[in-house]
Amino acid sequence: MQISMTVNGNEVSSEIEPRVLLVHYIREVLGLTGTHWGCDTSNCGTCVVLMDGQPVKSCTVLAAMAAGHDIRTVEGLATGATLDPVQQGFMEEHGLQCGFCTPGMMLTARALLDKNPHPDAGEIRQAISGQICRCTGYATIVRSVQWAAAHPAAVAGAGLEGAAEVLDGTDTVVEDVATETDDAEVKA
Amino acid sequence: MQIPAPFDYVRATTVDNALELLTRHGPDSRIIAGGHSLLPMMKLRLARPEWLIDINDLYELDYILRDGGELRVGALTRHTTLLEADEIAELFPIVRDAEQVIADPVVRNRGTIGGSLCQADPAEDLSTVCHVLGAVAVVRGPAGERTLTMPEFHRGPYQTAVGQDELLCEVRFPIRPRTGSAYEKVERRAGDWAVGAAGAAVTLAEDGSIADAAVGLTALGLDQTVAGVAGLLRGKHPSEELFADAGRLAAEASDPVADQRGPVDYKRHLADELTRRVLRRACARAAQTAAQTQEG
Repeated sequence: MQISMTVNGNEVSSEIEPRVLLVHYIREVLGLTGTHWGCDTSNCGTCVVLMDGQPVKSCTVLAAMAAGHDIRTVEGLATGATLDPVQQGFMEEHGLQCGFCTPGMMLTARALLDKNPHPDAGEIRQAISGQICRCTGYATIVRSVQWAAAHPAAVAGAGLEGAAEVLDGTDTVVEDVATETDDAEVKA
Repeated sequence: MQIPAPFDYVRATTVDNALELLTRHGPDSRIIAGGHSLLPMMKLRLARPEWLIDINDLYELDYILRDGGELRVGALTRHTTLLEADEIAELFPIVRDAEQVIADPVVRNRGTIGGSLCQADPAEDLSTVCHVLGAVAVVRGPAGERTLTMPEFHRGPYQTAVGQDELLCEVRFPIRPRTGSAYEKVERRAGDWAVGAAGAAVTLAEDGSIADAAVGLTALGLDQTVAGVAGLLRGKHPSEELFADAGRLAAEASDPVADQRGPVDYKRHLADELTRRVLRRACARAAQTAAQTQEG
């Protein structure tokens, strides 16, 4: 069957089998492999994309069902070299280690901030409760989203500077030690 | 990689069109709404429809409407909408209690009340909520519309009275004054199916005694409400002793099975303890509502 939808602002159109899941359509037909494919059972949340602005698990949506809708993937977060504040936040606050859950986490965070620009830690934890991270223990993800909430306007070129910092390494390590106490406060 | 077996896909444009498509494609066709129960079953070949009729474009079935003494909810209303609707939380706090613990926020963006009720999973929360609130299901088919009480609609695990050529279109909740309701679930982790859950609705009389009450259980081996609860509570004033008696009744009525979520005796204990908790909370809410009504 023929389907058309908007993906990251671009009109796409393809001939597909009705049984193709949205996650596989995005990854294999469109070649946008930033959306990860994980558990296949709508548990892990790494396949989350935004459908008309709302996070959905793309392993449990047919591509055919997404036809006519507006899809946003992790590739659609940055504007050119300018990272979305959520992406910048994940860099600043070490919101990822292996990175597998990250695309889904960031899109859910984007949708949360669009709806509620100043979520507290509990609201952030609630929003990402359908997504699994096995590296961070979630504390740094919560802080990353809080960073994004505190820096709503993306700064041009900030992404590239940030990337250099992370590669350099030393500053980041010091920062992590410094934020241990923040974590205790969040839990309390 | 889990992929459903091949099927044909068609989008319904109206309720009538959906009914026509169901008639045309017969027993090998299935309705899909949120798809978060059906697609996983299709991946595992537990369901193998040849036609999927997608009703997600039927915005006419996505509404929450107060109509006299009833709240009418369209079958395509998403869990997220139910969770966030203040009018529902005010009239039926049990719905918000339950929606907060149904699946997870992302799944709730897709799943619908109609899909949940038609799936009739024994661990599904809204069936219990609808039983307890005395909801009525409005089902349409080629022969017209029929309304079913929950005991008529819900025939058992994974079984409803909705015929192959019919579509659940609406759920109606009777609005009762001086009434409170509550739901509580125990789950192993966020988004998991219930180990056990209970829901209650209580209506108070003018003198503060209980005029009517219903208790339902989820995932504890009881499809209908707990028999005898209304008889036990009616005419008596809410008390811990009374809640304990109702808890015992619920535990006796439950028929849980041992699985990886827990042994039978633990689940029976949950039926007892959760019944006490939801009755306690439902009574407190009913008293609050009654006080507000008097002030008003």
